[in-house]
Amino acid sequence: MLRYSLKRLLSLIISLAVASVVIFGVIEVAPGDPASFMLGVNAQPDTLAALRAELGLDVSKLQRYFNWVGGMLTGDFGTSYTYRTPVSQMIADRLWVSLPLALYALTLSTLIAFPAGIYAAARRGKPGDLAVMGATQLGIAVPNFWFAMMLVLIFAINLRWFNAGGFVGWETGFWTGLHSLTLPAIALALPQAAILARVMRSSLLDILGEDFMRTARAKGLSRRQALWRHGVRNALIPVLTIIGLQFSFLLAGSIIIEQVFYLPGLGRLVFQAISARDLIVVESVVMLLVFAVITVNFLVDLAYAAVDPRLRSRT
Amino acid sequence: MSLLEIENLSLAIHGVPILKQVDLSIAPGQIVAVTGESGSGKSMTALAVMQLLPNGAEVSGAIRLNGSELLNRPEAEMCALRGASIGMVFQEPMTALNPVKTIGDQVMETILIHKAMPPAQARVRAEEVLSRVGLPPDRFPLSRFPHELSGGQRQRVVIAMAIALRPKLLIADEPTTALDVTTQAQILELLKGLVSEYDMGLLMITHDLAVVADMADRITVMRHGEVVESGATQHLLGHMRHPYTRMLFEASGHQVTLPEPVEPQPLLQVSQVVRDYRLPRKALFDRPGHHRAVDGVSFTLNKGERLGLVGESGCGKSTLTRAILGLEEVQSGAIHLDGQPVFTGHRPNLAVRRKMQVVFQDPYGSFNPRHRVARLVTEPFHLLESPPTGAERQDRIAEMLTAVGLSPDDSGKYIHEFSGGQRQRIAIARALIIRPELILFDEAVSALDVSVRAQILDLLAELCATYDLTYLFISHDLSVVRTITDRVLVMQSGRIVEQGETEQVFADPQHRYTQSLIAAAPRLPQIGKEAV
Repeated sequence: MLRYSLKRLLSLIISLAVASVVIFGVIEVAPGDPASFMLGVNAQPDTLAALRAELGLDVSKLQRYFNWVGGMLTGDFGTSYTYRTPVSQMIADRLWVSLPLALYALTLSTLIAFPAGIYAAARRGKPGDLAVMGATQLGIAVPNFWFAMMLVLIFAINLRWFNAGGFVGWETGFWTGLHSLTLPAIALALPQAAILARVMRSSLLDILGEDFMRTARAKGLSRRQALWRHGVRNALIPVLTIIGLQFSFLLAGSIIIEQVFYLPGLGRLVFQAISARDLIVVESVVMLLVFAVITVNFLVDLAYAAVDPRLRSRT
Repeated sequence: MSLLEIENLSLAIHGVPILKQVDLSIAPGQIVAVTGESGSGKSMTALAVMQLLPNGAEVSGAIRLNGSELLNRPEAEMCALRGASIGMVFQEPMTALNPVKTIGDQVMETILIHKAMPPAQARVRAEEVLSRVGLPPDRFPLSRFPHELSGGQRQRVVIAMAIALRPKLLIADEPTTALDVTTQAQILELLKGLVSEYDMGLLMITHDLAVVADMADRITVMRHGEVVESGATQHLLGHMRHPYTRMLFEASGHQVTLPEPVEPQPLLQVSQVVRDYRLPRKALFDRPGHHRAVDGVSFTLNKGERLGLVGESGCGKSTLTRAILGLEEVQSGAIHLDGQPVFTGHRPNLAVRRKMQVVFQDPYGSFNPRHRVARLVTEPFHLLESPPTGAERQDRIAEMLTAVGLSPDDSGKYIHEFSGGQRQRIAIARALIIRPELILFDEAVSALDVSVRAQILDLLAELCATYDLTYLFISHDLSVVRTITDRVLVMQSGRIVEQGETEQVFADPQHRYTQSLIAAAPRLPQIGKEAV
């Protein structure tokens, strides 16, 4: 198990290094000089040179790459070209919204999907299964911003249980913070839960057809006992893959939901930075997201090994 | 009084009749074998006793265990009986165990689910039964996972789970079909021992008549869901009344007469072939280990000769086959067909490749289900520089389908319209269509029922006469190899330990391994004679 973890860790580090080169390369070859963009077309050459020096754009590309990577390792992400504030601070602020939101949504989607998927699989072809499958079909088909607007309409405008948008900040307390993230989290979670429930159901159905489930029944386990003791853990493996993918998506892909609920999240930051050609912010956020995705995959790999002993020995 | 009594058992699944008025009884300490070909309903009979039938099953009749009726028992009561009073062992040991739980947990589960004893005691019992089935805890600790065990060892675990609570009745559904002959002999011995030791009744389901004759006190022969004949083993073997029973036994020991081989002239020359597989590194910077699957194998196959290759699973048969076909490069040694190397540089030699074809074991998995038969059998044409087209192509297809006993009209059908035996005929047609110099039969009749197997063997003998076939017949089934080959190679852990004229090797094996293989293979009794 330790050797397996170390191997996965090594692969994580290599992936990160490769990703950093690719991100830097792609963004550097993209046309447009941030300094001339900031100063406009009529800028004096010496002013431009001064700004380029200030932004650290006047050294060689290789040098800039190492400055960037070295800075990130020490927590210094550089200074935003447009806002003139440290990028690390900007990201940290946004991360305090996006990360809890993603985790919140993922928790909700798992809490909805697992019981729904297991319930449907256990009642394959019966009305309960059909109802769950119909609901998930709907959940996949309907876009999440529509859910978001419906939630606002019902729970914020009519019932007044939640605010229609904005984030109160964690300073006001954990529960109030969580409260203000609830509607966006639900809006994000519903389509994800629909997908996850389907994966759980089909994965469990595959397992229910396995020989060892029949062995379990022959030992005297009831249908339900066999399902819980032998089915669910084996069915988790494909489900974990989907959870990993969903977390990566939730972290950065929630830009529309952030817009609907006026949330100062990472998605909006990236969007603004791209429009303003604030390359250093774009690079840093993209790198951060890549880091998150690779880390999540690492954790999923560890989870696989925890679930499936065959992976532990196959180092 | 009987332990298990099945009376007038009929079963239909979604209205389709599966079993028709089956009668069967087992006394304590008795071994009753139910035999028949696929689709005869033997497994369904076992599942009916367990009340583990698929959805939509309608049952009538009676199944009594120790006099009390099992049919229409509430599910909760059946759960209490399964595992405690009736144990069951299945065919496929590789998949019958949950891969994410230790063998100890799985054996203990049988005990704990019935609340038969507290966990600490259950653990001791689990160790006891595992030792009894030949997995002592000092060598096979309870913390082992199934993937760390071989097929035979896994089957022992499955048996341990089934007997942990000393059930009165044990049902074994093809318990040794997936195992090698020597492992099979050990597992059968173990089952026999357990029956007499615990005074259990054993309901043994198997298609292998040699196993049946060897093991059972009584035999029940089934066909199409009906019992066609049953009786005490010795008596039944001596006086078969039903023609189906007679046909089954005759087909199992089916012999063919091969035409005389032509003048020896070397076709395939395999010399000093070594094939290594890299094993995963033990530590990060370790040198990776190697597993030598084929170890210095040399032999010659002459034109018109039918050569057999036998050995147990993992002995390197399949690896050698792949190397001969040029599907994998070998580390050292050389393989020549007609004087040309199978591999040139690091690429398979196409000139040689078109002279070889292969027929695989699984008649269900070796065809693309979305292609018609005409396209399937002409697949090898892509190896030719100018494949026949138009009428010539049609003629070739028609000729081949006729040669394998099908009709030219079948060329427009899809593969799902054919039975397993017919599919294997199509596979042979596919192999023959480019008139290869050499055909490899990789367990080509192992998945077939005995009667179908006999027909395919006849077909092969016929084709040998018409087309002067040269083939390498790879199989674990010694009785088949004995009749369908002129010469045989015996392979053990990557090496050829014995080779010679087939009859000679079987009648007087020289190597210890060959002797043990032949001794372990269950023998079919002489039909019509009361066995002594």
